[in-house]
Amino acid sequence: MITARNLTKRYGQTVVLDDVSVEIPRGGITAMIGPNGAGKSTLLSLVGRLLKADGGTVEIDGVPTNGMKQSEFAKKVAILRQDNHLAVRLTVEDLVTFGRYPHSQGRPTVQDRGHVEAALDYLELQDLRHRFLDELSGGQRQRAFVAMVLCQDTDYVLLDEPLASLDMRHAVAMMKRMRGVTEDLGKTVVIVLHDINFAASYADTIVAMRDGRVVQHAVVDEVMTPEALRAIYDVDVHVEQIGGKPIGVYYT
Amino acid sequence: MKSGESKRHGVLLAAAAVLVLALAVVSVAVGVFDLSWQGLVEGGEERLNALVLLASRVPRTIAVLLVGMSMGVAGLLMQLLSRNRFVSPSTAGTVESASFGILITMVFTPNAPVMVKMLIAAAFALAGTALLMLIIRRTPLRSPLVVPLIGLMLGGVIGAATTFIAYRYNLLQSLASWTTGDFSRVLRGRYELLWVSGGLTAIAYFAADRFTVAGMGESFTKNLGIDYRKVMILGLVIVSLVTAVNVVTVGAVPFIGLVVPNVVSLLVGDNVRRAIPWIAVFGAGFVLACDLLGRTLRYPYEVPVGTVIGVVGAALFLFLLLRRSSRVG
Repeated sequence: MITARNLTKRYGQTVVLDDVSVEIPRGGITAMIGPNGAGKSTLLSLVGRLLKADGGTVEIDGVPTNGMKQSEFAKKVAILRQDNHLAVRLTVEDLVTFGRYPHSQGRPTVQDRGHVEAALDYLELQDLRHRFLDELSGGQRQRAFVAMVLCQDTDYVLLDEPLASLDMRHAVAMMKRMRGVTEDLGKTVVIVLHDINFAASYADTIVAMRDGRVVQHAVVDEVMTPEALRAIYDVDVHVEQIGGKPIGVYYT
Repeated sequence: MKSGESKRHGVLLAAAAVLVLALAVVSVAVGVFDLSWQGLVEGGEERLNALVLLASRVPRTIAVLLVGMSMGVAGLLMQLLSRNRFVSPSTAGTVESASFGILITMVFTPNAPVMVKMLIAAAFALAGTALLMLIIRRTPLRSPLVVPLIGLMLGGVIGAATTFIAYRYNLLQSLASWTTGDFSRVLRGRYELLWVSGGLTAIAYFAADRFTVAGMGESFTKNLGIDYRKVMILGLVIVSLVTAVNVVTVGAVPFIGLVVPNVVSLLVGDNVRRAIPWIAVFGAGFVLACDLLGRTLRYPYEVPVGTVIGVVGAALFLFLLLRRSSRVG
C-alpha cells in the first residue's frame, strides 16, 4: 500500500500539490486522471522520490520512504517519467539490462538475464534488441522504457502517461500487459492516463485530481458518471455502457 | 547471435589495438637522430642509441598514447554528465581553468613541484567545470548547441583573465610554453605524471555502468537506485584530474575529447563498458597518427601536435556536426 499524507509541493509561489492525502491499495491498476496541470505527474514523482516534497510524507507498505536508501527503494518502486529523451546511444538490450541494476549492481547473473529475456518477450522487443534507441520510433522506444522498469521487478510500478506515443494497437496491448502484470505477478501499477476510457476499461480504481488536490478516489463505476466527470474536467461527458464498461463520449 | 556480435567486436577491437601498436613502433623509430636497431642490439659504442630510445622516443610514444586515451575518456564522461554530445574538456572551459590554475602557481609558488602544480590546476579545472554544470542546469536549453556555446564563452572569459594576469606579471611566454600542446618536450623524468591519467581511465572503466546510467539523466539514475550526485562528483573529479595532468605535462591537446567519443558512439554506442576500450584505442591511435604527421610533415622540424589535431579534428568535427543535424532534423 502506498500512503501519502499531506503532500505539498510548490514551485515558487505556485502550489502544484496542495495537502494531498491518498491511499493506493496493494494490487491492481490505479489510474490517475485529471486536466493538465492538476498535479498528477507531481504526485507520481513525489511517491517515486524523483522530487522532494515541501511538506508531508509517503509510506510504502507502512515504511516511510524518506528514510530508505535509494538503492533499497529502487528494489521496491520503479518509476518511468513522461518525456524520456536519452542523449546516450544505447541498444534496447542494454537499456533493459540496466533495469536489473538495483539487483545486479552491473554484474548481471543468469537470473538477471532471465528477467531481461522475459521483459523483451513481454513487450515484443526481441526483434529490436540489438537496435539503438535513436533508430526506433517513439512507440518502440516507449515500449523499451517500459520493459526496463518491468525488468526492475519491483512490487510497485509507477508510469507517467506511457500511452502518449503509442498507436491504438500498442496502447491497448500495453494496458493488457499491465493487467497481466497485476494479475499474474501480483504487482501494483499506478498509471497516469489522459484518456478516461483507457482508465475506465483497464483500471480498478481511479484517482482524479484537479488544481493540486484529489477530488475523487473510487472504483471505476463511481468516477465514470457525468456528474463526477463534469466536476473533474468542466466538460459534459455522456457515459454509455459498452461491453460492460462505462465509456465516456465527450466529442460534443 | 549475441555472442557472435560480441566476438566480432572483440576481433575488431584487437585488430585496431594491433594497428595502434604498429604505429607506436613506427613512432619509436621516427626522429631526427638516426636510430639503428643493429647498434641497439650490439651495444658497445652505440650507447647513444639506447639513450635516445629510452630517454626520448619511448617516453614520447607512451605519453602520446596516454594522452589520447585519457582525454578521449574524459570527453566521454563530460558528454554523459552534461548529457550533451558537444561538451569536452576543450569546449567547456576545463582546459582554460586548468591553465589558469597553472598561471596562479607560476605567480605565487613558482618553485612548487610539478605534483603540486598539477593538483592546483586540477582544483581550478574542477571549479570551472562544476561552474559550467551549474550554469547549464539553470539555463533553459532550447538547442543542444547552446551548451557548448556557453562552455566556449566560459572558456573564453577564463582564458582572457588568464592572459590578462599573465601579461601583468610578464609570464605570457612561459605560460604559452606550458599550455601549448607539444610532445617534443617529453623526456624521461618529465612525463611519468601521465600514468596518473592512465589510472584514472581505469577507474572510469570500473565505474562504467554508473556513468552510463548517469548519462540517461537524473530520473533514470535515481530510479535505478544510484546516487546521482556521487556519480557526478566522481566524474568531474576524474575529468579535472585528467585534464590537469595532461595540461601540466604536455599542454592542451584540443579536440580529442570531442571527436573520439563521438566517432566511437556512432560505431558501438555509449554503453561505457563497451565504449571505453574503443575510445582508448581510437584516441591513442588518433593522437599518435597526428603526432607522426606533425613530426614528418616538415622533417627535420616539427609541427606542434596541437596544430595538426586542430586541423584534422576540426574537419572531423564538422563532418560529425553535419551528420548529426541531418539525422535529428
